[in-house]
This record gives sequence, C-alpha cells and structure tokens, in this order.
Amino acid sequence: MFLLLGTNLVMAQATSSNATATDSGDTSAQSAGMWASVGYYTLLFLIVCVVVAVVGKILKVYDLTLQMQGRRGINWNNVMATGFLIFLIAGIIGVYYSFTEQGSMILGPASSVHGKTLDTMFWTTFGITFVVFLGTQILLFTFLFKYKGSDKRKAYYYPHNNTIEKIWTVAPAIVLTVLVVFGFLTWRKITNTVDAKGEVASLNVDVTGHQFAWELRYPGKDGKLGKKQSKLVSGTNKLGINFEDKNSFDDLAADTLVLPVNKSVRLNIIAQDVIHSVYMPNFRVQINAVPGLPTYFKFTPTKTTAQMRADLDQPDFNYHLYCNKICGGSHYNMQKIVLVVSQAEYQNWLANQKPYLSDQLKKELKLADNTLYKQYQLQNSLASNN
Amino acid sequence: MSTLAVQDHGVGQGHHDHDHGHHHHETFLTKYIFSQDHKMIAKQFLITGIIMAVIAMVLSILFRIQLAYPEKAFPFLETLLGRFAPGGRLDTNFYLSLVTIHGTIMVFFVLTAGLSGTFSNLLIPYQLGARDMASPFMNMLSYWLFFIASVIMLGSFFTEKGPAGPGWTIYPPLSALPKAMPGSGMGMTLWLISMVLFVASQLLGGINYVSTILNMRTKGMDLWKMPLTIWAFFLTAILGVLAFPVLVAGVVLLIFDRSFGTSFYLSDIVIQNQQTTFEGGSPILFQHLFWFLGHPEVYIVIMPALGISSEVIATNSRKPIFGYHAMVYSLIGITVLSFIVWGHHMFVTGMNPFLGGVFMITTLIIAVPSAVKTFNYLATLWRGNIRFTPAMLFAIGLVSFFISGGITGIFLGNAALDINLHDTYFVVAHFHLVMGSAAIFGMLAGVYHWFPKMFGRMMDTKLGYLHFWLTFIGAYLVFFPMHFMGLDGVPRRYYSFTEIESLKQWVSVNTFITWAAILSALAQVAFLWNFFYSIFFGEKAPQNPWGSTTIEWTTPVEHIHGNWPGEIPTVYRWPYDYSKPGHDTDFIPQTTPFSQTLASNLPHDFEDNPVSLEEHKQWVNTQRSSEKEVK
Repeated sequence: MFLLLGTNLVMAQATSSNATATDSGDTSAQSAGMWASVGYYTLLFLIVCVVVAVVGKILKVYDLTLQMQGRRGINWNNVMATGFLIFLIAGIIGVYYSFTEQGSMILGPASSVHGKTLDTMFWTTFGITFVVFLGTQILLFTFLFKYKGSDKRKAYYYPHNNTIEKIWTVAPAIVLTVLVVFGFLTWRKITNTVDAKGEVASLNVDVTGHQFAWELRYPGKDGKLGKKQSKLVSGTNKLGINFEDKNSFDDLAADTLVLPVNKSVRLNIIAQDVIHSVYMPNFRVQINAVPGLPTYFKFTPTKTTAQMRADLDQPDFNYHLYCNKICGGSHYNMQKIVLVVSQAEYQNWLANQKPYLSDQLKKELKLADNTLYKQYQLQNSLASNN
Repeated sequence: MSTLAVQDHGVGQGHHDHDHGHHHHETFLTKYIFSQDHKMIAKQFLITGIIMAVIAMVLSILFRIQLAYPEKAFPFLETLLGRFAPGGRLDTNFYLSLVTIHGTIMVFFVLTAGLSGTFSNLLIPYQLGARDMASPFMNMLSYWLFFIASVIMLGSFFTEKGPAGPGWTIYPPLSALPKAMPGSGMGMTLWLISMVLFVASQLLGGINYVSTILNMRTKGMDLWKMPLTIWAFFLTAILGVLAFPVLVAGVVLLIFDRSFGTSFYLSDIVIQNQQTTFEGGSPILFQHLFWFLGHPEVYIVIMPALGISSEVIATNSRKPIFGYHAMVYSLIGITVLSFIVWGHHMFVTGMNPFLGGVFMITTLIIAVPSAVKTFNYLATLWRGNIRFTPAMLFAIGLVSFFISGGITGIFLGNAALDINLHDTYFVVAHFHLVMGSAAIFGMLAGVYHWFPKMFGRMMDTKLGYLHFWLTFIGAYLVFFPMHFMGLDGVPRRYYSFTEIESLKQWVSVNTFITWAAILSALAQVAFLWNFFYSIFFGEKAPQNPWGSTTIEWTTPVEHIHGNWPGEIPTVYRWPYDYSKPGHDTDFIPQTTPFSQTLASNLPHDFEDNPVSLEEHKQWVNTQRSSEKEVK
C-alpha cells in the first residue's frame, strides 16, 4: 500500500514540477524551445511510466520471494480495503478543506427579497443532503473495509427484506415531498411577475440582449415603457421602439442598470438574435432572453452597492449582470454593471439619462409633423410651466 | 408472475443449430470487419468507443488548458491546431467547438453507443442463452452506421470554420443561423447528419435488443430469472427506441430551418440590426424536442452502468443483490418517469412557469427509485465477503459517484433553487459525477469484468488497481471544487473568467482542476496499455474466472459461432445464489437444478411455484424427522 501511495506521490511531484516548468519556460515562444519542452514532457512521462513498471516488477519479485519462503504473499485484497478506509478519511479531510477554502469564495447572502427565501431553502436542502451524503459514503467505505474478503468467512445470504426496503423508499419520499412543497410554493411566488391589486407598481426596465451586449431602456416621467416591435429595428432604432405608442416618446436609454433599493423591479427581457440569459447571481435572478418570446423577472434589491462594498470590505465591488446562455464567441464577455442606489440617488441619475428618441430618429420618423408627438410636446411644456 | 413465465423458442433455435452444424469458412472481412457475430460486434463497439473516448478526453484537456492559463500562449497548440489556435491561444469560437464536440462524443458516442453497444451485444445472447441476436444483420448495420456517424463527427474538424460550436444541446437560433457563429456553419451541418445516422444506428440496435430479450431466452429463463444487467439493457433499449426518434424529428426541423428557409424555431430574428424573414417559430419548441430525448438519454447512459455494477457488486461481494425485485422495479420506475421530467432542463428558459412547477414535482419523484438503488447497493455490501477485483473497484467507484452526483440533483431539480444554479459549474459538477464519471466507471467495470469473456485472456490486476485509484481520486479532484464555482455563479461554457471582475478569483482553482484532469487523463494510459497488451499477451483466462452464477461463463473460452457447442443450457434459478447456506461452494450457477441442491433450497426459491414449494416443505419435514430419529 505504501509503495502504491509512493507511486501516487511520484506522479503528484512530477505533475507539480511540470506546472512550474510551464510557468517559467513558456515566455519565449520559439519553435525550437517549443519542441524541446514537448520532448521534455514526453520524456518525463516516459520516465514515470518506467518507474511505475519498475515498481510493479519489484512488487512482483517481493511477492514471489515471500511465497518461496513459504509465507503468504501480499494480500492485495486487504491492501485495497485499507486503501478505501484511507480514502474515506482523506476524503472527509478533503471535503472539509474544500468547504473552508473554496466554500469561503462562494456568493454571500442574497441581496434581494426572494433571494433570502431561496437561501433558506438552499441551506435546508444542503443540511439534509449533506447528512445523507456523509452517511452513505461512510457506510460504503466502512463496509468495504469491514467486510473485505477472506477464505475463512462466507457472506451472509440476505436476498431481501421487504420492511427495510419499504422504509427506505418511504423515507426519501417524505423528505422529498417536503422539499417539493416548499420549492413549489416559492417558485410560484417568484414567477408571478404581475403586480397585484393595491401593490405599489414595480419599476419596469427593458433589457434586450444581442451579440454581445445588453441594451437597457427605462420609462420616462409617465412611468410606462412604450411598445416594441422587432420589425422596426434599424441602425437608428436599435430596439425597434414603436413611436405610434405615445408612451415611447419619453423613454430613456441607459448604460448601466441602476436600481433603487427596496423597490420592486420588473425586468422585461427579450433577445434579438440568439438566446441569451440575464443572470445576476447576487440577486438570485436568472431568466433566458429569447428571440420572439418576452420573459420577465420581478425582484426587489435589498442592499445598495455602497453597503455591499462596506460589508465585504471591497471598495471596488460591483453587482454584475452577465450572459449565462451560450451565445457565440464573446459569450464570456457579455456583461453589464448593476448599481443599486438609494431612491434619491436613483432619481438624480434618472434625470441625467438621455432620451431614447434621438434627434436623428426624430428626423427619420418625421415626428415634426406627427400629431401624437405634438400633443406629447405640448403636455410636456405645460407640465414644466407648472 | 405466471404471465411472465417461460417462453419457448424452438423455432429459432432449430435454425441456429443447423446453421452451426457445418463449419463456416470465414474470411478476414466477414470475421473482423462485416461480422454478424454479436461477440465481434461488441468488440467493434468497444474499441471504437474507447478510441472516441480518448479523443473526447484529449479535447477536454485542450480546453482545460485554456481555462487554467487564460493569458498564456502555448506555441505547441498552434502547431497542433493551426488556425484554430492563432499565436498559441485557442480561438474563442474553437473553444466552444471543443466543448460541444467533447460533450457530444462523450454522451452519445462513448456512453450510449460504446456502453450499450458493447455490453448489450455481448451479454444479451450470452446471459440469456441465445445463439446470437434476433437479427445479426441489423446488428452489423447498427455498428457500421455508428462508425460512419463517428467518422463524420470527427471529420467536421477538417472543415474550414471548424466543428459545431453551439454546445452539445445545439439550441437554435444559435445553431440555426450560420451568421451567428463559425460553429453554426458546415460543422453544424455535419453534426446534424452524423446524429441522424447515429440515431438510426441506435434504433437498429435497440429494436434488436428488445426483440432478442423478449423472444430468445433459453428454457427456464423467465423475466424474473434474468440478471439485472439484462433488465437494465432491456429498459435502456426501450427508452432509446421511444426517445431517439423525437431527436431526429427535432434535428430534421432544424435542418429545414437552416437550409430551406422555414421558421420552426425562429421568430423575430434581427442580427446586427439586420432584419431577417424568419417569423412565427419558437426556440422553446426545439428545447422540448431535444430534452424529450435528452433527459431519457441520461438514463440511457446510466442504467446499463447500474446494471453492470449490480452484477459486478453481487459477484464480488459473494452475496445476492439485495432486493432484486426492488432493483427491477426502480429501473422500471426510472424508465417511466424519465419521460415526464424533461422540463427540468428548461425552468428558466421562458417555458411557462406553471409547467416548471409540474416538472419539478415529477423530477423529485424520480429521486426515490435512485435512492432505493443506492441503499440496495449498500445492503448488498453489508456482511459480504468482498473481493476487490479491478471490476469491483470501478463498480464501487460508480456507487460513490452516483451518490455524490445524485445528491446535487435534488438542488437542481428544485425549480426555485435552479434559478441561481442553472447553467453554472454546479450543473457541470453534477452531471459529470452522476452520469459522466459514474457511467464511465460502470463501463470500465464491465470491461475489466468481461474482458476474459471477450478476449479469452485476463487483464493485469495491479495495473487495474493503479488505473482505478488515479482515476477515482482524479475525478473527485476535478469535479468536487466545481460545485463551489457554481455556488459563486460561475457560468459554464465561458472561454475565460478574466473579463468579469467577480469571477477572477477562480483562476487558481481552475489551474488546480486542470492539473487534476491531466493526471486522470494520463492514468488512462495504464488502462489503454493494459487493455491492448492483454488482448494479445494477457494470461489465458479460465472458463469462469470470477466464480459467477450467470450462464455466459458456461460457454467455452474460445469463441465459437453459436456460443455453446452443444445444446443451450437450461436455467433453473435466479442469477444471485451466492454464499447460499447449506451449499458447499459459495455460488450456485443458474444451470444447477434445485434437485441437486436440496440442502440449500429455501422456501423463497419457490415463491412463484406452489407445487415445488409443497415438495420442498415435504423434503424439509422428512429431513427434520430423520434428524430426530438419529437423536
């Protein structure tokens, strides 16, 4: 067993020395250098193979000499059984290490209302399944060690036991039912994106995905987004806004997804070319952006970017929105920064956003002669006079 | 149970006996290339599968290198891949092609064709007592269609823009619009053609497996005396026959969208502000069609592996498999349920959220039979007399992976939790453990276990040990850390994690994973050497090297046409009479009648046979009374 572990160590060392060699030897990209390093690794691998073969032969010789001396050879069956026991212990240590080391790198608590429910559900599920995981793995490997084969013993003939089988069919079924009910209710609540009667209306923001960027549109003073039609998309009207709808005139185009804290937001999502996915892990938000099929996600951010920066002690922290559905070559870099700010900051920011309706677009659509647009302008000037 | 009683197959058998009476003069071509013998076809599937697996593994190492060293140039890559790695760095689109082809080959060509193709062909006639498959010719066609599909799939590497790149799930519109990415061009067309041929191959194979199992069992082999391997292959074949045609339907419509201007999957498409004429279709439709196959597909992958491991674990624990009936019923349960859970791949794709809720319920139900199987494996090991052959090690590895990967399925099957885990590395970790590693371990267990039957020689045990430990440890080192990446919201199919600020912290973990992957990949050299060396120079195998009860081990070591030299043996008992109390050896072959094992018979053996049960009781009573007399 130790010899076997030894070979493992040799392999590990070989690979780690490989790693450092690649680090240092790769800066000069000369062809000769390249072949030298390729040859070097091939040689290294062949040496490892030879070492493995030599160790194998030594073991065989050792085994044979033991047998010639009339003693029993290496009992590989016991070696393997011990190996599994060591694996179990090393595995538990490894799991612990992984949970502390990489476990500390995962997302913090959710920064949204529904996200908190999801976190509770996640950790409940984790608690149950982790016990099952540890329990079954421990049973598996201890059984292997405890019941390792021997000529003196005979296995216990035990073909079935209906009671036990019923118990372990019903037990997981009950646990799963609880999780399903909890999950089902939460899911229904999250996916209900229509504002209920009496509820404060959500802020509607339009998110459009295309290769490889996100376009954002905010409603203007009327709080309503104008209609969109993919057939109207052109070089100047990139989102295909329909200006026969008077709600469209005051819509705003934005570069950053800025959201007021503790206010319900409803994202209206669509894609133009291929499927994308709006993914904001900090808020536990994800829904695909599909061409021809509008999708929605309603959520309430609970923590401003500034608060997160202070809590995490990372002054450069930012929430991100990134694409999570394979969409082409630059899929890995299709992102938007998300800022969660106080209501006052939000109003301030909103006031500085440019209208979607650019001068060029106005000319193109000949809005100067459009009665609807004139009406809108009139109302606007009246409002500002007041 | 009486409805499932013995089926006679006198007609077919007579033909075969006659066939096999006068000796064939086989040429090289009919024996090794266009063979119609199930044993040779199994070997063809296995070796093609191994070659495809090695290729797909090398592809994964290539993209793992990119993930570990996103900023570094490797001139060797340019020498190897040319225009796909300009300046020694992988092209972003080619990275996606690598991911796509890695997934496609592994799922379809290795774990479907390589696994089912090999062991269904080998074991169905052997373990059921048949001379060959129901239709040997169809069987040959099945292999050759698979071979052509493999060649076309690999051939796509030699197209100008490279192989298909929209992921192995090829969601349109990305896969439907050649303008959207280079991987949607010629490479995609070849992918689609290859898959149609592949499905044809699977159907020919599957129909053959089902009809052989239903019609060609030897005398005494009723359904409840079949080994669990056969049950698994049977249900897998049924799944394949019902699910694969749907994929073809989906693929054909996609071909129409790509080449003939239809809009089944396309609507309101605007590329770079350019209008297109596509209107009225739905990308979600494709996802439904794809996952209607795609989900049963993961069970097509794992069920044969579970069947193989049941057999290997029982044999090497020297114990009957615990809860044989429960094992069969859970396989049936998985088979039926697997058709109504496909929507759990689509919780956040824009599918009606109500449907999401329904699919979540069905998905979590399917966890129950899977849990039962796991517990039954543990109960089989309990108080066993465990022999650690390499096959046993891999079967144990399967159980461990099946638990680790299965448990994360409970998170992903929950629609609400899936919101934040969908398409992240959590998913990658989940399915690589539960269907990737577990299924490949089942396949390797099968190779080590039935190698003597296939090639008449033994594989080296020590190299098998080395292979197992390096692969087992390596696979955990690769996939375990990925869970945490997923929990940090790291998306899959990203070319690099350097562009998004919050993901940069994972580069070091990625480097670690890559080296673990390289270690496990190198460990496969031990297997490849062992496999190919032993075919020619391995120790000669005895007839029944593992002390198995199943009837494939009653055939001679040297392969003959028709499998058994004389009459096909009759089967009298179930395949798991290991360590039966009262019997002198620790296994009783299926071909031993109860009349020869009076001392070890149990009332349980006659549950479905009241006449014999009565006889058994009488025999026990006379034994008791004679014991009393002695006293």
